[in-house]
Amino acid sequence: MDKVITVEDLTFEYNRGENAEPVKALDGVSFEIDKGSFTAIIGKNGSGKSTLAKNLNGLLIPTSGSVFVEGYDTKDDEAIWEIRQRAGMVFQNPDNQLVSSIVEDDVAFGPENLGVDPAEIRRRVDKALEDVNMGEYKMKAPHLLSGGQKQRIAIAGVVAMRPEIIIFDEPTAMLDPKGRKEIMAIIKELHGEGKTVILITHFMEEAIEADRVIILNAGKILLDGAPEEIFKRVDEIREVNLEVPMMTDLGDRLIAAGIDVPKGIIREEDMVEAICRLKSQN
Amino acid sequence: MPIKVSKLTHIYDEGMPTEQVALEDVSFTVEDGEILGIIGHTGSGKSTLLQHLDGLLKPNSGSILIGDVDITKPGVSLVDIRKRVGLVFQYPEYQLFEETVEKDVAYGPGNLGLSQEEISERVREAITLVGLDFDTVKDRSPFELSGGQKRAVAIAGVIAMRPQVLILDEPTAGLDPKTHDDILNMIRTIHQRTGNMIILVSHNMGDIAEIADKVLVMDTGKAIAYGTPIEIFSKGEKLREVGLDLPPVTEFCRKLGIPETVLTVDQAVQKIKEFIGA
Repeated sequence: MDKVITVEDLTFEYNRGENAEPVKALDGVSFEIDKGSFTAIIGKNGSGKSTLAKNLNGLLIPTSGSVFVEGYDTKDDEAIWEIRQRAGMVFQNPDNQLVSSIVEDDVAFGPENLGVDPAEIRRRVDKALEDVNMGEYKMKAPHLLSGGQKQRIAIAGVVAMRPEIIIFDEPTAMLDPKGRKEIMAIIKELHGEGKTVILITHFMEEAIEADRVIILNAGKILLDGAPEEIFKRVDEIREVNLEVPMMTDLGDRLIAAGIDVPKGIIREEDMVEAICRLKSQN
Repeated sequence: MPIKVSKLTHIYDEGMPTEQVALEDVSFTVEDGEILGIIGHTGSGKSTLLQHLDGLLKPNSGSILIGDVDITKPGVSLVDIRKRVGLVFQYPEYQLFEETVEKDVAYGPGNLGLSQEEISERVREAITLVGLDFDTVKDRSPFELSGGQKRAVAIAGVIAMRPQVLILDEPTAGLDPKTHDDILNMIRTIHQRTGNMIILVSHNMGDIAEIADKVLVMDTGKAIAYGTPIEIFSKGEKLREVGLDLPPVTEFCRKLGIPETVLTVDQAVQKIKEFIGA
């Protein structure tokens, strides 16, 4: 499997001025991301997950260690455009990401800066807006849209740059439940079309959609694996102030109450099936 | 001292081409010591309603009685309203500004013309009430605290005004699961200790199901339903029509075909046990 991102012994410190000790936000983190994979990175507030996201496309440069994006070192100033073309990023607050007064201009901003041919920009903008189901809004003003719609425009702006990798840094944190669902549907679709997706999130219900979950704690990787495996380790997860998905919690309590569902169920449909099977046996 | 909101109507840009009815004939009552949850899709009028309760907006018609005072009347000063109603905005930690936690929490009561001793006492009480250790945090910069602690300090700043009604707009948004639970427990503690009325606006149906005594559902500026969490969350179809969800555990039990409305995981365990006939 091709590796699109390689993180080697990444340490990142925030300087707090001359008289204060720097704060170590990431401490010796190493992992690789496979082409076309969907990885969720979770951790409590202050665990280093947003710092990690910003290190993955050169917005932050490692204090020590290295990050390679399709072979380009983020420490290399010359490579930064190559890296940004390959790894796009969607942030938490859609209001901070929109630059233009018309939706389609906003989406065109990225490819324009890449020097893409105008006819090609036209095609990319139309396709990107279709991808996020916002085609009919292309002449609208972004500030009149809902939070979920604005976030979809921000995603279209990244998609139009045709990156191999898209990093989502808590893209649903400020949205209402409807907006959250819209964005998750689009993330899954982009992954389905072959994009490599990295999703930073607080929501376990979003993390279980990924094929790999990395849990960060105090700047280090605590757990890394398939969601089914990770969420079995309930005690370790609770230890670092995180929750397990609701189905895992329900499953544990059902087992404790003497109901024999399989351990480690994370998805609703699997739990429904397990319970119905027990019912039919009685 | 109950709150009685009667036929509240607010029209933005009245008489202009951009005229928009943001609230239309909204009426509800909150009884002493109750927690009211307000739910509604983005744009349903929740924020406009809150701004009326805090005196930031005046209605085109209707009234808000807190005890026997109608706070929508022209003669009522904002200071009088602030003594009765405390509003904690979304992401309140963005409003912290002082050098120390103690000074930040003291800012509100400092504007009420209280004595220095009274202010100090209130500040100590409020910081303790939000679950922080007064002596440990009082001299620290609020900006050095964790996200959850910052939010707690911001809430303490409002509690120190000793409002009869405490309104919280999305108090758990953007927090990790543990901090989320901490803030929810903190709200319960404040409620038990002070006995004030709490109005909680949230997109998190699980929170509302867990903590509210009554629920008000808003849609396109109207109050379309009002009742206990059980009553409200047994109307799944109606909620879906206005863009709202059931709490995840309620939804799950419905999918299983459990006829009763389940609001917590503990209840779900019990009902599933009965359901499979174990």
